[in-house]
Amino acid sequence: MAVPVAFFGVFFAYPVAAITARGLKADGVWRFGRIADVLGQSDIRHVLWFTTWQALASTALTLLVALPGAYVFARFEFRGKQILRAVVTVPFVLPTVVVGTAFLALLGRGGLLDELWGVRLDTTVWAILLAHVFFNYAVVVRTVGGLWSQLDPRQEEAARVLGASPFAAWRRVTLPALGPAVAAAALMVFLFTFTSFGVVQILGGPTFSTLEVEIYRQTSEIFDLSTAAVLTLVQFAAVGAILAVHARTVRRRETALRLVDAGATARRPRGAGQWALLAGVLGSIAVLLVLPLAVLVERSLDAPGFGYYKALTRNEGSLFLVPPIDAVGNSLRYAFAATAIALLIGGLAAAALTRRDTGRLGRLVRGFDALLMLPLGVSAVTVGFGFLIALDEPPLDLRSSWILVPLAQALVGVPFVVRTMLPVLRAVDGRLREAAAVLGASPWRVWREVDLPMVRRALLIAAGFAFAVSLGEFGATVFIARPDNPTLPVAVARLLGRAGDLNYGQAMALSTILMLVCAVALLVLERLRTDLRSDRTGEF
Amino acid sequence: MLKLDGATVRFGGRAVLDDVGLDVAEHEIVCVLGPSGSGKSTLLRAVAGLQHLDDGRVFLDGRDLDGVPAHKRGVGLMFQDHQLFPQRDVAGNVAFGLRMHGESKQRQTVRVGELLALVGLPGAQGRAVASLSGGEQQRVALARALAPRPRLLMLDEPLGQLDRSLRERLVVELRELFGELGTTVLAVTHDQGEAFALADRVVVMRDGRIAQSGTPLEVWQRPADEFVARFLGFENVTGAVVSGEAADTPWGKLPVPSGTPQGEVTLLVRPAGVRLVPVAEGLPCTVAARTFRGTHVAVQLQAEGAPRLEAACALRDAPEAGEEVGVVFDVGEVVVLGGAAGG
Repeated sequence: MAVPVAFFGVFFAYPVAAITARGLKADGVWRFGRIADVLGQSDIRHVLWFTTWQALASTALTLLVALPGAYVFARFEFRGKQILRAVVTVPFVLPTVVVGTAFLALLGRGGLLDELWGVRLDTTVWAILLAHVFFNYAVVVRTVGGLWSQLDPRQEEAARVLGASPFAAWRRVTLPALGPAVAAAALMVFLFTFTSFGVVQILGGPTFSTLEVEIYRQTSEIFDLSTAAVLTLVQFAAVGAILAVHARTVRRRETALRLVDAGATARRPRGAGQWALLAGVLGSIAVLLVLPLAVLVERSLDAPGFGYYKALTRNEGSLFLVPPIDAVGNSLRYAFAATAIALLIGGLAAAALTRRDTGRLGRLVRGFDALLMLPLGVSAVTVGFGFLIALDEPPLDLRSSWILVPLAQALVGVPFVVRTMLPVLRAVDGRLREAAAVLGASPWRVWREVDLPMVRRALLIAAGFAFAVSLGEFGATVFIARPDNPTLPVAVARLLGRAGDLNYGQAMALSTILMLVCAVALLVLERLRTDLRSDRTGEF
Repeated sequence: MLKLDGATVRFGGRAVLDDVGLDVAEHEIVCVLGPSGSGKSTLLRAVAGLQHLDDGRVFLDGRDLDGVPAHKRGVGLMFQDHQLFPQRDVAGNVAFGLRMHGESKQRQTVRVGELLALVGLPGAQGRAVASLSGGEQQRVALARALAPRPRLLMLDEPLGQLDRSLRERLVVELRELFGELGTTVLAVTHDQGEAFALADRVVVMRDGRIAQSGTPLEVWQRPADEFVARFLGFENVTGAVVSGEAADTPWGKLPVPSGTPQGEVTLLVRPAGVRLVPVAEGLPCTVAARTFRGTHVAVQLQAEGAPRLEAACALRDAPEAGEEVGVVFDVGEVVVLGGAAGG
């Protein structure tokens, strides 16, 4: 446990402390008045207001669109369901930059809607909201649908037999059981949209700015580090509050529900109403989830003879010091390093968290558990900004080291690794370890002989997640990636920042490449996951 | 060979093992018998090194095991639900301990074959653990525990989850096997039949303490106290006042063996010592219920103003429910117990 704690101490707590000091300390004196000063500015208040309401609106819209989807995935059996489930998950691991670009291609200037009907939404908040729905659809379907499919339908049937109408049975029996899961999903969506960066950066234009974007703007455009630091602290507090509420909700969710095997609860839709619902859900998935990506690919091929792709290999203009295509190599290299670090740290942390400790040590461990989740919510921009101001001077000067980027990306990836490994590790019966120990296995051998074979797949899945997260990571990387070594998302954002059809086309092409790399990683992941599932059922 | 001295384990202030002293001799089969929660599993875990002792010591072959981790103790433990490694086949499970002790591949193969033959599963090497029946799993678990030739083999409810006929067959097999191998065995169980059939010596535990220790016959014939008597299934236990060679009980005057201490005692009357006679010749009772037990019929008798009595009757003599009978007591089946009397 010492290694993960040290890692988080140096690369998370220390930068956050540095941010605090930078924001609130002037000439060695603490000035808490700065908070009021910054929050008193009308444009900052405007940012705060926009951040909150767009997150609320995004959450409401996502629930509206995705809850029927959750129902369909939970209760209906239809052909191609497995593939569709994977398709729905793709957006969640897609880099924000790709999503932003895809919606730009759909709704923006010269986009598909513009060409067809002259409709442009990129100057309105709708582009942001729709992109957020695109992103978080999977969160709702997986969280709510996952539980829904395991709720025993006989509970509703019992209510029907007792005289309840179908709707009343749903409202009185199913909804209360689902409530906490819906709340948890909604909070997660709210958190992700509250801290949205890449999407807003690309689609928001000069009008719309969330806290994250504002922090980035203050840092890289206005160079007002102390205002940025204060905003980061505000964000930190808000995220902490959301996470605390989320932790409570999740704990409540685990209470006394009678769950059954998900496979047994789904059946073919019956009647016109159910078929219409299924069609509606499939249609919304096609329009909201598939269409933007299709348009993105189409736009990237808009120049004759793969012109945009070819242009990526040349180094034109002063935009980059290297040809944009080099970003692919950079991204992969960083991703491998970040995955290794995340697996090491996350694996050690998960192993430490598995031990069933009681009393004071147990509380400490649980506290550490929550701490691990912080970087996930505290937003990438905070991490990047913290690295920028904390690790560029003695005692720790990593500014010129390439490892800085993988470190930041690993920090964001570790929570995924822990979340993936922990349930599997906890599921290993402690007495199996004891059986091995009594037979003469040292603690290290016990881990190798008992734990490792069981978590090998989970480890691979965690690696896939860490890899995908690292590939798509934008918020932190944009702060610390060096100009001569951009990653894919950073290069896309820079290309979009420039005018001109060629830059636009290259951004589309590079986004497509990024999407493909992520899709391949995800495909491998989904394969492993299904293998894992069939394996587990094979045991019984 | 194994010696526990004042072994104490506390869980949150409650003593699960309370000052337990126990000796197990070489080649002896000792069975710890007790209801669930009496601390018997904890006793095994403490000897195996899986449970830290709050007080007291464990010696194996005269060596203090304090601070010796589980994997260096050289004892075998068969877990209650076997705990076979699910991702390994039968051979992989049996060979596990041999691998941990650095045996050569060849030796492992030979030994695995021997052990599987020994436990009655020859040729099962390549089978998946999930495909084994409960009895087969139990045999594999036994082979796995025996493989590294532990100095002491411990069994936690060895036959607990198996059905009755299989259990009765296996317990005989186990006893024969341990006799042949000369293994020293410490087993725990809540099933008295299992304990009596398997053990040279039975240790009855209650609330983390040892209530009685002796051969199966001694424990059966002379339960140390009311708890042991009731745990063994005897219901006819009562408080009594002895004067001379008779005792005053709710069931009237009972004969007691000569030399019984005078004053207040606790008496056990074995069901076989409750004899039915015509109603005028003994304590008048009503037959409340009768239970067929195979070799005899257990008859529940209700005397007025007294606790129920259980009598064991031959099949043809058993009265019907509702009949009025008389009861006399056989002094040979009356046992004076130590410890406090209860309801």
